[in-house]
Amino acid sequence: MRLSGNGLRCVRGGREVFSGLDVTAESGHAVAIVGPNGAGKTSLLRLLAGLLAMAGGSIGLEGGDPELTLPEQAHYLGHRDALKPALTVSENLSFWRNFLGGGKPGESDALAAVGLDRVAHLPAAYLSAGQRRRLSIARLLAVKRPVWLLDEPTSALDITGQAAFAAIMTGHLAGGGIILAATHTPLGIAVQELRIGGAA
Amino acid sequence: MTALAALIRRDVRVALRVGGGALIGVLFFLIVVVLMPFAVGPDLALLKKLGPAILWLGALLASLLTLDRLFTADHEDGSLDLIVMGRTPLELACAAKALAHWLAVGLPLVAATPILGLLLNLDAIATGAVALTLLAGTPALTFTGMIGAALAVVLRRGGLLLSVLVLPLSIPVLIFGVAASNAAVSGPSPFGTPFSILCALSLASLVIGPFAAAASLRHGLD
Repeated sequence: MRLSGNGLRCVRGGREVFSGLDVTAESGHAVAIVGPNGAGKTSLLRLLAGLLAMAGGSIGLEGGDPELTLPEQAHYLGHRDALKPALTVSENLSFWRNFLGGGKPGESDALAAVGLDRVAHLPAAYLSAGQRRRLSIARLLAVKRPVWLLDEPTSALDITGQAAFAAIMTGHLAGGGIILAATHTPLGIAVQELRIGGAA
Repeated sequence: MTALAALIRRDVRVALRVGGGALIGVLFFLIVVVLMPFAVGPDLALLKKLGPAILWLGALLASLLTLDRLFTADHEDGSLDLIVMGRTPLELACAAKALAHWLAVGLPLVAATPILGLLLNLDAIATGAVALTLLAGTPALTFTGMIGAALAVVLRRGGLLLSVLVLPLSIPVLIFGVAASNAAVSGPSPFGTPFSILCALSLASLVIGPFAAAASLRHGLD
């Protein structure tokens, strides 16, 4: 499987964020998108996720499911955690598992993998920032998607959480997945670097 | 189907829990209707005459009150991004969200109508007519209001704008809802005609609303 974007151009609010940007990611490889604040790392991920209109260029996924678009085969982990404070941890996760479709029944495996199985009955409102992030990561495990688009995935995670997440990403890559992550900190896995927006 | 059922279940659950919109809507409806006799005065005949209109206005405002959160809440916590990316067509997801909103907010208003009818000196037939017209008409309020709710996401902090956008769209529903209720109480005109038009408005909005809302969300995501 191969994800490629050619000559991507992004315009937000009348201002050009980047143009002529090429990005490729092969199955089993992770790409770290680095660059200074405001360089367009998040914009690039949202462009790939189909959440921003492309001003130019093309995006393709070779070897994926031909019936589905790239966003439908991708997970997007953004700044915001997509959790409802009024619902419990396991209700939040089981909603996304049912809505995004597929995945094996039972959230306990995914919750255990991120160390949240003890708080599964708590409303998400009581979670710390790091725990909320862990719950979003559990979503990536509960529903299987080949492409992961991660925006600052390790923010708010503690040292053990970062190590556990590195192991999760390694497992995803070993299964032939693709990871694109915008990040300022090392992810703890082997990555190809894509630098945008000049010197960091 | 599991995706849509999950979305409906989640939205209803969120609305029924603490801080959700379901109870707020009914309480607001109660307040509006209770205030009316104080404003109009203790003239029982006048209250009876105005009753259906007051109930309809109260229900309209109450269903509008919580409508602006329909998409903005999901937008703020990032859920909307994932819903747009999902394999479920966005139109169906919008329809499911609106249906959940109606179940949690619209249906309780219909259920509260018989009690509030007592406060306005309405007899059983009039109360029943108002409840029936509300049952047929509140889906139209939710599904047309959904268009405004989707625009409120696009135009940031458009919460106040929502009422300005949505209230004019709800004028036909209000006209035929109140006309049908009045026809059942007093009028020489038949109940069936305005009621059929009210049902037609609801059915049309059921189709148009999700498409318009989905188009607005797709266009405006940023």
